[in-house]
Amino acid sequence: MTRFRINGQSVSVDVDDDTPLLWVIRDDIGLTGTKFGCGIGLCGACTVHVGGRATRSCSTRVADVEGADVLTIEGLDPAGQHPVQKAWLALQVPQCGYCQSGQIMQAVALIQDFPAPTDADIDGVMAGSLCRCMTYIRIRAAIKAAAADMKTQSPKELPSG
Amino acid sequence: MAKRILLGLAVLMILGLVGMFALAYRPAIAEALPPAQFNPLLVAKGERLAAGGNCATCHTVKDGAPYAGGYAMKTGFGTIYSTNITPDPTTGIGNWSEAAFRRALHQGVARDGSHLFPALPYDHFTKLSDADVSALYAFMMTRAAVVAPAKTNDMPFPLNVRALQAGWKLLFFKEGRFVPDTRQTAEWNRGAYLADALGHCGACHTPRNALGAEVGDKAYAGAQIDGWIAPALTAANPATVPWNTPELIDYLATGISLHHGTAIGPMSAVVHDGLAKLSPADRQALTRYIESLGGGDARAAETAPALARAAAVRLGEDADGRLFNAACGSCHYSDGTLNALRPDIALNTAALLDEPTNLIRVMLYGIGAKQGAPGIVMPGFAGFGDRDIARLAAMIRETHTNRPAWTDLEKKVADIRAAGHGES
Repeated sequence: MTRFRINGQSVSVDVDDDTPLLWVIRDDIGLTGTKFGCGIGLCGACTVHVGGRATRSCSTRVADVEGADVLTIEGLDPAGQHPVQKAWLALQVPQCGYCQSGQIMQAVALIQDFPAPTDADIDGVMAGSLCRCMTYIRIRAAIKAAAADMKTQSPKELPSG
Repeated sequence: MAKRILLGLAVLMILGLVGMFALAYRPAIAEALPPAQFNPLLVAKGERLAAGGNCATCHTVKDGAPYAGGYAMKTGFGTIYSTNITPDPTTGIGNWSEAAFRRALHQGVARDGSHLFPALPYDHFTKLSDADVSALYAFMMTRAAVVAPAKTNDMPFPLNVRALQAGWKLLFFKEGRFVPDTRQTAEWNRGAYLADALGHCGACHTPRNALGAEVGDKAYAGAQIDGWIAPALTAANPATVPWNTPELIDYLATGISLHHGTAIGPMSAVVHDGLAKLSPADRQALTRYIESLGGGDARAAETAPALARAAAVRLGEDADGRLFNAACGSCHYSDGTLNALRPDIALNTAALLDEPTNLIRVMLYGIGAKQGAPGIVMPGFAGFGDRDIARLAAMIRETHTNRPAWTDLEKKVADIRAAGHGES
């Protein structure tokens, strides 16, 4: 039995300790915004936040999030209006969209650590989030736009993430 | 003549057996129910001591009742299961008098007179003061009683013969309470007592001899334990930034040291379930003592060059650098600013040890939310093949540290993978 919180709600799941967190999120909890890509932590499609840090859920054992706070794309903002999501919409970042929830979760975490990210910061942190549609140019622009947007708001007004 | 020799041999054998019996014999201590009530202050003191001694870590299994035992300790001499130390009279220690409890901690002898294996670190607990043993007794006897029979140890003959432990004790065990070092301050001595008598730091951080006894003149020199390396606490510790007082205070209270990394493996529970619950004054005393082992405060001049070196690390543009960037950069990319939640691998003890054990373990199995920095996790990368884990470890060693390359990396990865995730 593993107990944790997901998007603010307490859950307890009775699955094998080694079950990937991603499977629990999608199959047991039913939140399908988080995607399966490679399954070994090399593509970033499954990125969620654990304790506010971007985390590949496909290679995280569910037992390892015991007691932790997990945030998925569904919980980022109740109306889907997190500044990063707004920037993504404004710049029409996605093409097929499959990797984008992971890209967004990684980008939110990036801006927390690097409030004014340089190209080097974006390359360094986002390199593990692959996009086969090659939307990288728009991702970079959207991250910078969102970071600028978030800088003008007081941190208190920001949705948790 | 032959008869007389045989007779002589028989007499010698009998004398030997009698001698062995006399050496090994300990009387049972009569069953006795504990007092119905204990002074709550004594219980509260016992609770802090039990945390500082990490009793729960070895006497509790995952998802099991606290102190009900059953935790497997895989030693070089077989697997020993911890026992139930709740006050259940039949399967726990509910019929142990305080005298029996004291004898167990001070002499390593169970109530029924049988010798305990030194998996219970009575070689340290023998130094506990009588007053502290009383407090521990009060705490244990006021826990919820749980029916949990002992699991049978999996040890080969004759290592499983408890009477033979008398011989081990003769060779390696010296009973006696903690003796303060009069040349040191009261605070230092309090720290030494907490580290040696209660916390039994040496049980993991001191190398053991072939018979499993700690090697006295190598105290805190670092050792392998449960598939991990417990680093040296002396000046031989490989950290590039010396362990000074502020770093130790942070680490022993929160499990996080900005310049060294986080408490992982067996050390995680030591901090989060134990030292974090000590009083601030006791943690300060422990810090004073541990700092004195490595002399970190006097080596302050080493810090700035070590930080400069770490900040100057650049990833290669080759395939290994790109693999690191993709797999590790999300959390370990650094712009040169230190952030404890984005650990700088160039400063991390796992990358600096003589052996890659800890680094490989963490790469394969990650770090859970209850370990390391609480509430966050590192995913495992067991989906990577041995060769890719080895490549990453070799690259980290070469680009992030100035230490000699690790050898046989791929084989070491395979061995650690084969050993499995383990208990912690």
